[in-house]
Amino acid sequence: MNRFAALLDRLAYEPRRNAKLRLMTEFFRVTADPERGYALAALTGALSFAGAKPGLIRRLITERTDRVLFALSYDYVGDLSETVALMWPQGRTGHNRPPAPTLAEVVEALSATLKPDLPPLLAGWLDALDETGRWALLKLITGALRIGVSARLAKAAVADLGGLAVNEVEEVWHGLEPPYVALFAWVEGRGPRPQASDPAPFRPPMLAHPLDEEDFAALAPSEFAAEWKWDGIRVQAVKARRTDGRAVARLYSRTGEEISAAFPDLVQALIDDEAFWGAIDGELLVLRDGRVQSFNVLQQRLNRKAVTPKLLVDFPAHIRAYDLLADGESDLRPLPFAERRQRLEEFVRRLASHRVDLSPLIPFVDWAALASARAEPASAGAVTDAEAVEGCMLKRLDSPYVPGRPKGLWFKWKRDPFAVDAVLMYAQRGHGKRSSFYSDYTFGVWRDGEGGDELVPVGKAYFGFTDEELKALDLFVRNHTVNRFGPVREIAHEPDRGLVLEVAFEGLQRSARHKSGLAMRFPRISRIRWDKPPRDADRIDLLETMLARIEAGRAARPRAAERE
Amino acid sequence: MRPADILTLTPAGLFCPPGDFHVDPVRPVARALITHGHSDHARAGHGAVLATAETLGIMGVRYGEAFAGSTQIATYGEPIALGPVRVTFVPAGHVLGSAQIIIEAGPTRIVVSGDYKRAPDPTCRAFEPVSCDVFITEATFGLPVFRHPAPGAEIAKLLQSVALFPEQAHLVGAYPLGKAQRLIALIRETGYERPIYVHGAMERLTDYYVAQSVQLGDIRLVRAEGRAALGGAIVICPPGALQDLWARRFPDPVAAFASGWMRVRARARQRGVELPLVVSDHADWDDLCTTIVETGAEEVWVTHGQEDALVHWCLLNGIKARPLHMLGYGDEDATEAPPAASGQAGGLDSTPAVQVATGRVPGPGRPREGEPSP
Ligand SMILES: [Zn+2]
Ligand SMILES: [Zn+2]
Repeated sequence: MNRFAALLDRLAYEPRRNAKLRLMTEFFRVTADPERGYALAALTGALSFAGAKPGLIRRLITERTDRVLFALSYDYVGDLSETVALMWPQGRTGHNRPPAPTLAEVVEALSATLKPDLPPLLAGWLDALDETGRWALLKLITGALRIGVSARLAKAAVADLGGLAVNEVEEVWHGLEPPYVALFAWVEGRGPRPQASDPAPFRPPMLAHPLDEEDFAALAPSEFAAEWKWDGIRVQAVKARRTDGRAVARLYSRTGEEISAAFPDLVQALIDDEAFWGAIDGELLVLRDGRVQSFNVLQQRLNRKAVTPKLLVDFPAHIRAYDLLADGESDLRPLPFAERRQRLEEFVRRLASHRVDLSPLIPFVDWAALASARAEPASAGAVTDAEAVEGCMLKRLDSPYVPGRPKGLWFKWKRDPFAVDAVLMYAQRGHGKRSSFYSDYTFGVWRDGEGGDELVPVGKAYFGFTDEELKALDLFVRNHTVNRFGPVREIAHEPDRGLVLEVAFEGLQRSARHKSGLAMRFPRISRIRWDKPPRDADRIDLLETMLARIEAGRAARPRAAERE
Repeated sequence: MRPADILTLTPAGLFCPPGDFHVDPVRPVARALITHGHSDHARAGHGAVLATAETLGIMGVRYGEAFAGSTQIATYGEPIALGPVRVTFVPAGHVLGSAQIIIEAGPTRIVVSGDYKRAPDPTCRAFEPVSCDVFITEATFGLPVFRHPAPGAEIAKLLQSVALFPEQAHLVGAYPLGKAQRLIALIRETGYERPIYVHGAMERLTDYYVAQSVQLGDIRLVRAEGRAALGGAIVICPPGALQDLWARRFPDPVAAFASGWMRVRARARQRGVELPLVVSDHADWDDLCTTIVETGAEEVWVTHGQEDALVHWCLLNGIKARPLHMLGYGDEDATEAPPAASGQAGGLDSTPAVQVATGRVPGPGRPREGEPSP
């Protein structure tokens, strides 16, 4: 797997899409089956290993190295897997070294190995691999491989191998399994096109780019349709006939995982509906009395392990349809959005079931009109469902349905998160790319203390700023340190000395763990208020008010992995 | 004499009172012994300078012939008496002309390593270990994570990229003295015969190497060709030029950087490097440790770099060791060292500058509030 590791290493640094493609295509060209197939699986995220936790890796290295040397090294490198890969003791070298495992061996052994046998197996591999090989192996088995390659790009590299279009590979992809020997044979012209054996396959979803206010200048309102972005889980519902004539219905998450078993009520409704033949893209929501429930309610259903009859009654699942991907046997994805939308409206109208309805379009004439609709969904058509609106989607009327996140076709425009002005109190060095910068910031707001106003920490943020801002923040930290506690620096935070950060966050909850009694969800630095003296920062009362509003049922928007 | 009487620390750097000379002083002194030509070790303005002929030559190229009041050539292996002490220059394998300096007073022998490496380098004489009582070593890469791979493998990485992206110029950031010429020589060893282009900042030093009979093949200046015409070429430039406007005129350039720091991904990413090449002119961790053992020294002083880990390793292995926390080094060949490595040297009194944790760790020690609850 040293060769695959070298590819990953190169990809991790390579910013250019075309160069990434060429590197991967070249790898597939010179690497034999099944090694390249497992590599493709790793690149597309189709491999998942259980059992290799950071704790195990930490244990292996502490058994082999001095604790102080490890601590100094880890502090310097800032990444556990990388530190271990670099400082793993190299016993035997040259010809005496055990042969490095192939990726195929690693994958096959991991799937056949029980947890207690994992440590010696892993240690043996680490002995046999070089630094890059160890890094790649550790990143792979801890599921932390981030090399800037999407599954689609990896498939495009396979397609390039035989001069095919990436969508041709996408078409046959579902139903194929690692190590994809038949796929490579077909692409290289040595075998037949693999048959998509599944009559109700997953179709890779089309995703949107986030949009900021300033982006609008470049977009013409007349070229777009707008619709609500619902706060549920993005799903695909497919129904088709098997060769024996029986109907098969499936529900997929947006990553292609089949989730039918968790929603038997919905799947049964699809099976029963004689008009539903095809594939729709939509949002799975819980509806009660025709009203969309908040994501919290949906989450209660998702959290239950057993699907009981009571659960089905209390949390009725529902799909709000965004798009029609297949109408009967015909693939609508190449059609423009406007045309698909029309077909979708007809499709939904024909349905007998109330489990599927249409996500309405938002009428607007210009961006200002859309902005006010987004600010007040209730008065712009979302009516009683307004609380479940997470923002708006903008879709080009002429956009075909392209898997992945194509540029310039679809945009998401989320609602504003919460924000407060807080004071920087402590900073700590970051990890990974930022390990030499003070990039983790603890911030606080004012409250009444025994001796007058005092700052109480309310959260910690380590993103939201640009690289330039990071440099400026880092410099500020270094120049305003008043105390050091191990890796932590205390920064001057007095009424007239210190730095105010505008912190945006997505939610707020009570927490006994924190001194302030509050915990923020997804806090990030939205602006650095160089202009503002700390005395003008916000007080805890503001957060209390926000929390009270949230608890009263307004606008809590927690996030789950399945949501876009 | 005790070692501490033979060599002490002054604000100008290591000083030998009985011999009345400094080694690699960072400010002008009456008499300086210079280990090698990197600008953080070899500075202009001293009264008398004793160094190898190549180091003197390099200083002349960089600072003009009047860089010192007087100069004297030290020949490798030939002792020179300076008052009651004897000094001998021995190859250090770092760059052309680089030397360790043996300082002997009576039965006591101290070796000042200067910067050194053990990896092969076709452009300079190989390091020779010298047994001694006190070994004064650098520790630029004094952490166990720094293990430099065989340079040939890194050169192969570069040439593979040139083959796969034949229309793109490959800009390789390298320090103008030593690294640049070594890279060219290593590339030539693979049989690569096409012209290699160099940035104007390396012209004179590269010419000096060639004049000293270092074989570098067909070397051309970038400015003689024009950047737009250099698709597919290998171009060696100072690291700083990679982010310059200068680099943008090349056809879709690939930014490579040859340095020991490239071993750590975060360092490579911070610099926007697309093709990191782990090629270093300093000893890596294994070589630092091996060399200390080979010298048989009972005591090790660590001049500059990552002192903590190396001192700890010495103590673990029963060798007396102390950090000197010397300031002013690492400016030339370690400019990209992160703030943590370069900004916290403790000064000459060797009290640690980093305050040790004394109390409770405040807020940030808690679990991160920002993370979604499980
Ligand atoms: Zn040097
Ligand atoms: Zn140095």
